[in-house]
Amino acid sequence: MPKTRYRKEKIIEWVMILCSMVSVLTTIGIILVLSVDTVQFFKEVPFARFITDNQWTPLFEEKHFGILPLLCGTLLTTTIAVSVAVPMGITIAVYLNEYASKNVTAIIKPLLEVLAGIPTVIYGFFALQIVTPVLQTIIPGLAGFNALSPGLIMGVMIIPYITSLSEDALRAVPNSLREASYGLGANRFQTAFRVIVPAANSGIVVSVILAISRALGETMIVAIAAGQQPRLTFNPLESVETITTYIVQVSMGDVPQDSLEYRTIFAAGITLFVFTFLLNNISFWIRKHYLQRYE
Amino acid sequence: MNKFLLLTTVMLNTVLLSSCFKEYKGRINIDGSSSVYPLTEAVAEDFRKENSDIRITVGVSGTGGGFKKFLRGETDISNASRPISTHELELSRKNGIEFIEIPVSYDGMAIVVSPKNSFVDYITVAELKKMWSPESQNKVKFWKQVRSSWPNTKLNLYGAGTSSGTYDYFTEAINGKPKASRGDYTASEDDNVLVQGVSSDASGLGYFGLAYFTENKDKLRLVPVKYNEHAEAVIPNDSTVQHGIYQPLSRPEFIYVNAKAADKPYVQEFIKFYLEQAGKLSREVGYIPLPEEVYKLSYERFTKRITGSVFENKSVVGSNLLQLLSIDNK
Repeated sequence: MPKTRYRKEKIIEWVMILCSMVSVLTTIGIILVLSVDTVQFFKEVPFARFITDNQWTPLFEEKHFGILPLLCGTLLTTTIAVSVAVPMGITIAVYLNEYASKNVTAIIKPLLEVLAGIPTVIYGFFALQIVTPVLQTIIPGLAGFNALSPGLIMGVMIIPYITSLSEDALRAVPNSLREASYGLGANRFQTAFRVIVPAANSGIVVSVILAISRALGETMIVAIAAGQQPRLTFNPLESVETITTYIVQVSMGDVPQDSLEYRTIFAAGITLFVFTFLLNNISFWIRKHYLQRYE
Repeated sequence: MNKFLLLTTVMLNTVLLSSCFKEYKGRINIDGSSSVYPLTEAVAEDFRKENSDIRITVGVSGTGGGFKKFLRGETDISNASRPISTHELELSRKNGIEFIEIPVSYDGMAIVVSPKNSFVDYITVAELKKMWSPESQNKVKFWKQVRSSWPNTKLNLYGAGTSSGTYDYFTEAINGKPKASRGDYTASEDDNVLVQGVSSDASGLGYFGLAYFTENKDKLRLVPVKYNEHAEAVIPNDSTVQHGIYQPLSRPEFIYVNAKAADKPYVQEFIKFYLEQAGKLSREVGYIPLPEEVYKLSYERFTKRITGSVFENKSVVGSNLLQLLSIDNK
């Protein structure tokens, strides 16, 4: 009897190992696929040109392979999204944790989670068909495809990421700090923003970084509403092309596979991957080093 | 129970497989341009209704990709949104592939702006070139730079993606060389993206197939094109496209039939059907039919087995099909 039990335990363990291996192997596979084609790409295009050229026209007769315009588009939409999501997200988190009654929280939280569940393609059409026309009535010079409207909508999309992670961080702040603050005569606002938020800083920063890397990789919203014109600009009123949009554009068109044009998407993809990889590692590092400071 | 399930599965499979391997009396392989595809597919669909024993497949690998297969003898018919190129002609001689060239419809290219744009009354070919030529990249950025009477607002361009035949034709017609274009514009193979872009951008200008303008008439404004400063401004429509007045932005579209395949009776039947239906179906898929006489001449060309291209060493831009064919058929 103990023997079969031992064997069962082993089987269960192996099933679990297999499951986790699937994700690890997928990651390794993705990195391999990306690097093989990227190496090929850099055999034909010097790395210096890739990061210094300020034009990106690999599909045209006169080819330029400067990643900067695409990177610029990606960073621009992400910056807009983050500048919407961070203040909103943290404010909501503070409200839910410090101000709201249990009943209100019970209503708002699920609603927020619904935001995270909306398919991004719907956000994209919302940005293109509703937000852009509304913005155009306020800003007459706004182009039909622009960085602003998908940026704002992307900001709304990542609010739940920031709120739920920040809320966890805020809740983890020991009650003694709160009581001490009140004891010293601070009001609710002072307690929340001068004591609790700084105490939960590391968790909040982690939530922001994860939201940033989510925004960097977001595809559908920008592909639909930001346009497809690689442009080195920080003007949010113009149309831009992000790295993800470019990858979509090339994979959907009939660019012959195994050509230099096709390999550009791997080089672009790995650039994006490097960014999100770095951000994820930074957030991991912050969590590890600062999380226990206030406990 | 299990046995019964297994038996049904086996039986079902046999039925399914045998229907996959249905014996056809003949096969016609067609490949090539994405812009001729809707027409050829529409014709093939109607043809299949009456001839279910002929298997017709229509692929889309672009005009160039289609010719590659065609000149290796892998396909019977090649769809093309431009005439066969000199290089491809050489290849056909080398590989011993003879073909019959058949124009099937016209496609006009529409130059469009947003209805909110009030200052563009017409545009000349030279002005279009100023907007779209490779030299203008990062230089021509404002409407005023194109014509001094236009306002100093930003110029946002929308046009065909690099793998479409529309792109090849437009760049040749306007910039003088296929594929020569500036790259800093919104380029998409999906014409709906371009329609959306131009219609919502008061300082935008775009080009795409006339069919997409017709579908989105209320969202866009068509810009008349002047061949030169002294010519009259021409709006693309049936008559201006058919009579070669809307120049240089209307183009014929073709099918190329392998001469060996043309000996097969079911291919002959298909071509006959194609040329009978092309006029009606062109309109249905948004193109402009050729004049009736051109269809007749084309069929004559096919029955007489006149091989080769009438466009050898000639540009298709500004050509008159009726004239070219009636000379060549003699």
